[in-house]
Amino acid sequence: MREEISTREAFGEALAELGEINKDVVVIDADISKSTYTTTFHKKFPDRAFNVGVAEQDLMLVAAGLATTGKIVFTSTYAVFASMRACEQVRTFICYPNVNVKIHASHGGIQVGADGPTHQGTEDIAIMRALPNMKVIHPADAIATKKAVFEIAKDYGPTYLRTMRNPTPIIYDDSYKFEIGKGNIVLDEGNDVAIIATGIMVLMALEAAKILKERGIRVKVVDISTIKPIDSELIINLAKNTGGIVTCEDHNIIGGLGSAVAEVLVENYPVPMKRIGLKDTFGESGNWKELFDIYGLSPKHIAEACIDIVKNKIPPLK
Amino acid sequence: METWEEKVKRLKKISWELRKDVVEMIYKAKAGHPGGSLSAADIIAVLYFEILNIDPTNPQWEDRDRFILSKGHACPIHYAALARRGFFDREHLWTLRRTHSILQGHPDMKKTPGVDYTSGSLGNGLGIGVGMALGLKMNKKNSRVFVLLGDGECQEGVIWEAAMCASHYKLDNLYAIVDYNGLEVDGWLREVMNIEPIVDKWKSFGWKVKEINGHDIEEILNAFQWCFKVGGPAVIIAHTVKGKGVSFMENEVEWHGLAPTEEEYKKAMEELEKEVSSL
Repeated sequence: MREEISTREAFGEALAELGEINKDVVVIDADISKSTYTTTFHKKFPDRAFNVGVAEQDLMLVAAGLATTGKIVFTSTYAVFASMRACEQVRTFICYPNVNVKIHASHGGIQVGADGPTHQGTEDIAIMRALPNMKVIHPADAIATKKAVFEIAKDYGPTYLRTMRNPTPIIYDDSYKFEIGKGNIVLDEGNDVAIIATGIMVLMALEAAKILKERGIRVKVVDISTIKPIDSELIINLAKNTGGIVTCEDHNIIGGLGSAVAEVLVENYPVPMKRIGLKDTFGESGNWKELFDIYGLSPKHIAEACIDIVKNKIPPLK
Repeated sequence: METWEEKVKRLKKISWELRKDVVEMIYKAKAGHPGGSLSAADIIAVLYFEILNIDPTNPQWEDRDRFILSKGHACPIHYAALARRGFFDREHLWTLRRTHSILQGHPDMKKTPGVDYTSGSLGNGLGIGVGMALGLKMNKKNSRVFVLLGDGECQEGVIWEAAMCASHYKLDNLYAIVDYNGLEVDGWLREVMNIEPIVDKWKSFGWKVKEINGHDIEEILNAFQWCFKVGGPAVIIAHTVKGKGVSFMENEVEWHGLAPTEEEYKKAMEELEKEVSSL
């Protein structure tokens, strides 16, 4: 495998492989199939691949109708369009009747970079998480994405699979086992803080862990690839073991991973917590790594949040 | 063997019986949409008692024809037809819109036997029909897909996304009917948002189009035969009267979503009963 690969590309590779082993898999695009990497599937299985053109609402409806004929339908478009342009179709005609449609949403977060805010899906997790019956999955790298594609095809029901535009390094090796609803401890250096991240932010968190280690702060880095249903058991255990949590997401801090983790903690085991994410703002065009620096998503920002948590854990002098 | 005249008379009678059920359901529920239910009664009667290849004992039969009531608010007429075809007991009709009822305020495929897709949010039934038609063709089924659209919902953009898609994929198993009663919640379509020239619109989207009187059973029957002859995607523009059959509801926009009082209910039932017994 190449050193860096985008998760959208990994999705496309996995989908073409899935098509070989499962003849019920059907793929529908709303143009941009080249960009969401479903073209390989289209070439291999032309009789099971459709393109409705630039029409995302129709995309979701056609998927819903196809699902009633026994198909496992994958729709593929960008996060902004899947979650907002076609939001009501996803809610009322996919989630409400609970049909077997898998929504691939590429271009999650400001990691999109140069295309700017119109194409950066930064509220999609919040929106999709609020829909009953919907599962929300955001893998951290290409390997996790590939494994997720096969797992969600085995599972019944509506699923939102968020991928990223730009190539990112590989975190996992082939031994990684993706399980819907299960988080994964990627790094376990100690119990000073638990950094809970999703998508590209798992990588940022691993970088932050290096910075923190130099300062003598030992953290756990946890990949929450399924944001819904969230791994409550793991999150509660992390809170019990570390007493401090930092969440990281390339998404608005309202309604996404940070909110989901806070919901679990506040009802079960409240501990000090900080949320890394877009601070209720839109992104802008630019190199994504520069954008991460500007919008507070860099390893440095995560490390600072962890240091704050650790400082607050020191008991006051008597 | 039923003669043509006998068939027309039978279907006409059913349409009036279904209208009676609609009025009674909405009266008992104290809410619902009589206007658009009554305008669609003749179309529904022909579909459910002549055209659709369905099995009430096996609502999920894979080889069945599909029907989507895209104008979901007209579900009382659909429920009345499903009950009369034996998909569920008639007693359910009087539970419309109540807690725990199998008959929701808008169609729910998970709760009502015979409802092929959930609907109610306008504009969405045609795209779902496109997906069903594609899937049925992939599965090598001869089943056909029928979508009943409201005229007002033709103002929704997604209708035209789906119309474009249906002709692009040459869906010869997909048929639509527009219940063109001319009224939407805010008034006459021609004043709120004109959909004319509606025939040209459908034609330009690659559909075969036939205009008929949507209350003439013979014209409806012939229109479906025309559909099967020319193949889909084909659309029947059915000119109808909102509230058809109840004098004080006809062409009155207030009756889009209003339940009759006891007095109005009695008068409506009297008028409808007169139609039934005249046949």
